[in-house]
Amino acid sequence: MSEKVLEIEHLVKRFDDLTVLNDISLDVHEGEVIVVVGPSGCGKSTLLRCINALEEIQGGEIRLKGEAVSKKSRNLPEIRQKIGMVFQSYELFPHLNVLDNITLAPTKVQKRSREEAAEEALALLSRVGLQEKAGSFPRQLSGGQKQRVAIVRALCMHPEILLFDEVTAALDPEMVREVLDVILGLAEQGKTMIIVTHEMQFARAVADKVIFLDEGVIKEEGDPDQFFDHPKTERAKEFLRTFTFERKHSHS
Amino acid sequence: MPDLGLEVLFKGKNLMRILGGLGVALKISLISVAISILAGVLVGMLMTWKNPISRAVTRCYLEIVRIMPQMVLLFLVYFGTTRIFGWNLSGELSAVIVFSFWGTAEMADLVRGAIISIPIHQYESAAALGLTGMQTYRYIILPQTVRRLIPLSINLITRMIKTTSLVLMIGVVEVLKVAQQIIEANRMSSPNAAFGVYLTVFLLYFAACWPISMLAGYLEKRWR
Ligand SMILES: Nc1ncnc2c1ncn2[C@@H]1O[C@H](COP(=O)(O)OP(=O)(O)OP(=O)(O)O)[C@@H](O)[C@H]1O
Ligand SMILES: [Mg+2]
Repeated sequence: MSEKVLEIEHLVKRFDDLTVLNDISLDVHEGEVIVVVGPSGCGKSTLLRCINALEEIQGGEIRLKGEAVSKKSRNLPEIRQKIGMVFQSYELFPHLNVLDNITLAPTKVQKRSREEAAEEALALLSRVGLQEKAGSFPRQLSGGQKQRVAIVRALCMHPEILLFDEVTAALDPEMVREVLDVILGLAEQGKTMIIVTHEMQFARAVADKVIFLDEGVIKEEGDPDQFFDHPKTERAKEFLRTFTFERKHSHS
Repeated sequence: MPDLGLEVLFKGKNLMRILGGLGVALKISLISVAISILAGVLVGMLMTWKNPISRAVTRCYLEIVRIMPQMVLLFLVYFGTTRIFGWNLSGELSAVIVFSFWGTAEMADLVRGAIISIPIHQYESAAALGLTGMQTYRYIILPQTVRRLIPLSINLITRMIKTTSLVLMIGVVEVLKVAQQIIEANRMSSPNAAFGVYLTVFLLYFAACWPISMLAGYLEKRWR
């Protein structure tokens, strides 16, 4: 088996007395795509935020390539460079154009040359079909375009792992596809990713492993076809039923 | 052509006197504006602190400034300090003190508003990219704060320039005071002087504030 990129051991996360994540353990290997699904409020976003140390954790350990990730780490900014994150709500920097949004961190944080960073940014932009938007400002873009830029911005930092938190949840339906296609492309390139999504078809297509999170614990994990076709737990069956629609015929 | 009473302006040194008066008004406002911007940024940042004491104090300060008419403050500082402490502040100094006291509070409130209006997401996505706290302020938060602030603070500056006309009440010789003196002096020879002279004063204030307003409008569009 390939190298472990991320190790989560017995992670516990509480907000005051509300335990949101209760003893979560998970390993992510190089090139693996993990999809996390579960009902609203089960702690999916919180899990990703803990991995990026945006939240303090109350127990357990998270390691990225053997290095502890914690809100208290002194080299937290360096660790975070290796973790790319794309959020649900578009959070591009509104005062910077697309190119500057992408090259800000590579130049200021990684101290790469502006030319080299811009060259890579443009190459990545053209791969997601946005090369002609390099000079545009975020307010001039559609939601789907903004999310693609946000993905490129994360990619340009050459992260070890990418975290996606319902990146299509705030999009109009016709824009969902263009963003999911980009993520599928990344999976094909062998990027290591953890994806939180409510798009079940997409989850099935992209995942190497599905995690079903419920009430702060991993209730089920495994192969996507196995999970979607033959969920083991009652909770998972119930959860999957919320995505199917049936018309109840009544003959009187 | 009706008699607008404009001829008094060209008598003797009248025009020069009016412009000199405008100079005094602008000097008072510029000094107060400079003090207000610097102090306002500091107080405004203080206002965003979670500390309850800094909150209560700044809140109180803002309320006092909001409630008190500037004129009352002006009288209080100019006459009050002489009575109570025996200080003899000049009219100009009193005016600068009062306008800075007022402007700082207003500016601070603008700064506070601009800082808190920046969504938490901006801080988080900067952090997620590996920016340090300082880098986040320098490249993400401050540029956005300044953009929000500039049109608003220019608005405040024009209000401050206009309000300096109040200082004639404490005998500072500024543009309105000069205007009144000229009108008084020419009451017999040119009874319509009031109109012409006040019209001129209006135009002068307009000339001082208009470009600033234009700039504010331009920046607002550009940085929306
Ligand atoms: N900052 C916070 N303070 C207190 N409670 C919080 C905070 N953030 C999240 N929670 C709580 O933690 C729980 C998990 O939230 P989280 O956002 O991780 O859920 P989620 O699985 O991402 O849900 P969704 O599918 O709706 O996005 C919820 O009950 C939520 O109310
Ligand atoms: Mg969520």
